[in-house]
Amino acid sequence: MKVALHEIAHARAGDKGNRLNVSVIAYHADLWPMVRDQVTEARVHDLFRHRGATQVKRYELPTLIALNFVIDDALEGGVNASLNLDIHGKSNSFRVLGLEVEVPDAMAGRLAVYRRDPSD
Amino acid sequence: MSQRGPFMMGCGAGFSGDRVDAPVSVIEAIATSGRPGAIMFETLAERTLALGHVARRLDPEHGYEPLLEELVGPILARCLRSGIPIVGNFGAANPQAAARRLKQLAAERGLPEPRIAIVEGDDITDSIDLSTEQVFESDAGLLRENATLIAANAYLGARPIAEALLAGAEIVVTGRVADPSLALGPLAAHFGWAWDDLDRLAAGTLAGHLLECGSQVTGGYFADPGFKDVPRPAEIGFPIAEVWEDGRFVITKAPGTGGRVDKRTVTEQILYEMHDPAAYLTPDVTLDITGVSLASDGPDRVVVQGARGHAAPPTLKATVSFEGDWIGEAEISYAGPNALARARLAAATIADRLTLRQLPVKRRLDLIGALSVFDDDAGTLAADAPDAPEIRVRLAVSGQDRRPVEQSLQEVLALLCCGPAGGGGQRQQIRNRIRTVSYLVPRDRVAPRFVFA
Repeated sequence: MKVALHEIAHARAGDKGNRLNVSVIAYHADLWPMVRDQVTEARVHDLFRHRGATQVKRYELPTLIALNFVIDDALEGGVNASLNLDIHGKSNSFRVLGLEVEVPDAMAGRLAVYRRDPSD
Repeated sequence: MSQRGPFMMGCGAGFSGDRVDAPVSVIEAIATSGRPGAIMFETLAERTLALGHVARRLDPEHGYEPLLEELVGPILARCLRSGIPIVGNFGAANPQAAARRLKQLAAERGLPEPRIAIVEGDDITDSIDLSTEQVFESDAGLLRENATLIAANAYLGARPIAEALLAGAEIVVTGRVADPSLALGPLAAHFGWAWDDLDRLAAGTLAGHLLECGSQVTGGYFADPGFKDVPRPAEIGFPIAEVWEDGRFVITKAPGTGGRVDKRTVTEQILYEMHDPAAYLTPDVTLDITGVSLASDGPDRVVVQGARGHAAPPTLKATVSFEGDWIGEAEISYAGPNALARARLAAATIADRLTLRQLPVKRRLDLIGALSVFDDDAGTLAADAPDAPEIRVRLAVSGQDRRPVEQSLQEVLALLCCGPAGGGGQRQQIRNRIRTVSYLVPRDRVAPRFVFA
């Protein structure tokens, strides 16, 4: 079934000039393949095209079950020039977490379990 | 494995404006651990430094971190008595004045005069030639013709900090240094790490990267209720890295504080403001985190290992700041039945007024509560928004001259009488912006050094 990426991953946004980066981290190793396979450069680029994003580069960090997206020119010049309320783009991690992802029906009812405290 | 015990590297502030009571529990934890340690303060964003330069020109005793006294005052006696060095970039544009203020703070508390070192060499305002320097790749679009230079500061590394500590400094005051270097300096000094021992430099840099934003690794910028909960967010403990000689370290926080440290908080912060994970560039080393692994080590403790180092880049990054444009913002609220329609009418009216008056400004309109930070940069408000009980209309405008920006904001004020029914709560502000552009400067143009104050 389809769920929001927010159900299976968490994220953090940072800025350097007009370059935005958003990390997307699976809540659990079992959820990592869905994050890795479905949160693509193209889909993330589509989320920021209306802001003028020119390029999106995705890095995979399998040991951290994380992706790092580097998004160029999506911050209207960044803190130098932006008229957006959020000049740093910090809220954009949750824009990415709004993407839909497909999870196997067998897992869908157990997502809260996967999100439990990771201290193992 | 080394037989030497770990070094307790704490962080007391992650930006200018951070919680000023945070350092106390960090120092308490380091002092009672019986282990050697140090505390770093990172309070210097790009714009903060430019504002410091402006302040120093107006008053030669200004231009350093305005919260210096509130941050350092409460921990100064304990640090000096317990032999815990304080390292901070709170010198900003005027480290000499910051050092004088720190000596006063010690005297006011009846403490012996501390040995304070100042790291110099970052301020290249008078020597930089912008016509020949290389602009950092993604910043090319930020350049403007005929911009008035405010300041230029190169990012220095950890070495002058380490040398100052080895020479006996109890406090090291810096201007612009790379944020992770504030941790690597004390670590390299304590363990005697060689400046070509790239994996250890990388490990210390990663520890510094995790510490440099303070609470962002201990539960700040993290809570998402029902998904990622953070205990007692009003009392988040700031981080401490327990670093071993071989470069492995544990990220933790003071006992009894709020917040949390787990693999999730650490992973988010590892990737914060990171671009290529195989090449995080600092003046000290090129950090590669692609082999980094995390392991839980009990409550609020995460072991971090596997950082690799490659040669440092041949150039240093420098932040060059220029006088920027004027930005003005004004807001007005509409609530209750049909609020969204009245707010849209207000926004359309403002847009028509600015067009009618032909004001030379760039503008944007938001419907806060319905459509704002996710809208496109022209603020077209074209996306669907649900009706909402309260909508705040925001106009943001920018321009090279102040007057047209003021005139634009006045059109929001005028809606109190001329606008849709029930408009209230008008507020506005206007300010001058600073424009910063990153350059890459050859290392031989920069001479990092320390002096005792």
